[in-house]
Amino acid sequence: MNDVRNVIIIGSGPAGYTAAIYAARGDLKPLVIEGSVTAGGALMNTTDVENFPGFPDGILGPDFMDNMRKQAERFGTDFITDDATEVDLTASPKIVKVGDDVHRAKSVIIATGSKYRELGLPKEKQLSGRGVSWCATCDGFFFRDQDIAVVGGGDSAMEEAIFLSRFARSVTVIHRRDGLRASKIMQDRAFANEKIKFAWNSEVVDILGEDRVGGVRLRDTRTGDERTLEVTGLFIAIGHEPRSELFTDVLDTDDEGYLIVEAPTTKTKIPGVFASGDVVDHIYRQAVTAAGSGCSAAIDAERWLQDQDLADLTRQQV
Amino acid sequence: MKSVSDADFEAEVLKSDKPVLVDFWAEWCAPCRMIAPVLEEIAKEHGDKISIVKLNVDENPQVPTKYGVLKIPTLNVYSGGEVVKQILGAKPKAAMLRELAEFI
Repeated sequence: MNDVRNVIIIGSGPAGYTAAIYAARGDLKPLVIEGSVTAGGALMNTTDVENFPGFPDGILGPDFMDNMRKQAERFGTDFITDDATEVDLTASPKIVKVGDDVHRAKSVIIATGSKYRELGLPKEKQLSGRGVSWCATCDGFFFRDQDIAVVGGGDSAMEEAIFLSRFARSVTVIHRRDGLRASKIMQDRAFANEKIKFAWNSEVVDILGEDRVGGVRLRDTRTGDERTLEVTGLFIAIGHEPRSELFTDVLDTDDEGYLIVEAPTTKTKIPGVFASGDVVDHIYRQAVTAAGSGCSAAIDAERWLQDQDLADLTRQQV
Repeated sequence: MKSVSDADFEAEVLKSDKPVLVDFWAEWCAPCRMIAPVLEEIAKEHGDKISIVKLNVDENPQVPTKYGVLKIPTLNVYSGGEVVKQILGAKPKAAMLRELAEFI
């Protein structure tokens, strides 16, 4: 079979593109399956990336990912801007399907990253972009002088609330407990902000509205009492979860679904399958750490392929 | 890509003979920057069937408010004065073409 590639990389954030740069420079002619709506990864939704070494003036997230992609392309990476829909990682060669198209490779690097966690409410998808948002910096502008809410109690929820207070008339932070998880400094900033109010011991049980958000239904976590909070925007900041669902039937994960690798390598328990970036890492979750682990994955894959070739050669000689 | 405003929206978009895709955007919106070149390409390739224009939401508050735009990029396709398709958020070209298949 001459259509068997050396390596397929699934995912296209800093981890996937860095793996592609290294694999392509190693003449492995990688194929990157970028994802359809997720191409470029989480950084596509950020504005300035100010902490990646080598960019003293910062760089816009989308520009940064575009540069990484170009760099991978320059050394001979192929791209498919669509979603991997099915994989068979234990087959030989390994199979990655994109709809009806079947792609084969000796090795696979998983770099599918993570996604925003959802509340899991029926209306959430329907009203996404219609008042429900996961990105204050993208959508906050449209809520000028309105009453809105942020769900979550961590640093990112406080960041969103503080950012949104610039536009909104009021921001209510909805949190399940009676205290925040956020760092002291972020808590202090949020508490000092006159526009930010708190709905303690409250969870969102329903989002109201058909075409756009008209309010949320809150349940008191101690008494079970329900009440309606009238808001026109609901910003959800309750953390992330790994995009590992395609792989969990054959690969090991931790309790939260993150793929387990033989650290400090990127090897999974299946030979020739490597994992890197935020789908593995729930501790650091930085562009630079993702890029670093993408590099490790490419080097691990390259060495594994060399060992396989050597084994094949030995078998042929015998 | 041609810009439209609150003032000429009716003439340029609502009264257009062919479908018009309006890209609601702003300078500070990073995903908007990402899709701009994609839209340029689609305009070049399919301009005979669909017009593609952009509207800056900072400079033109009326049209976004009227059509309930709550996120950018929002891409609304208008045909015969009505919104007939809405695409929310940035997507790569292949996905965008799939969404616009009925118009091109």
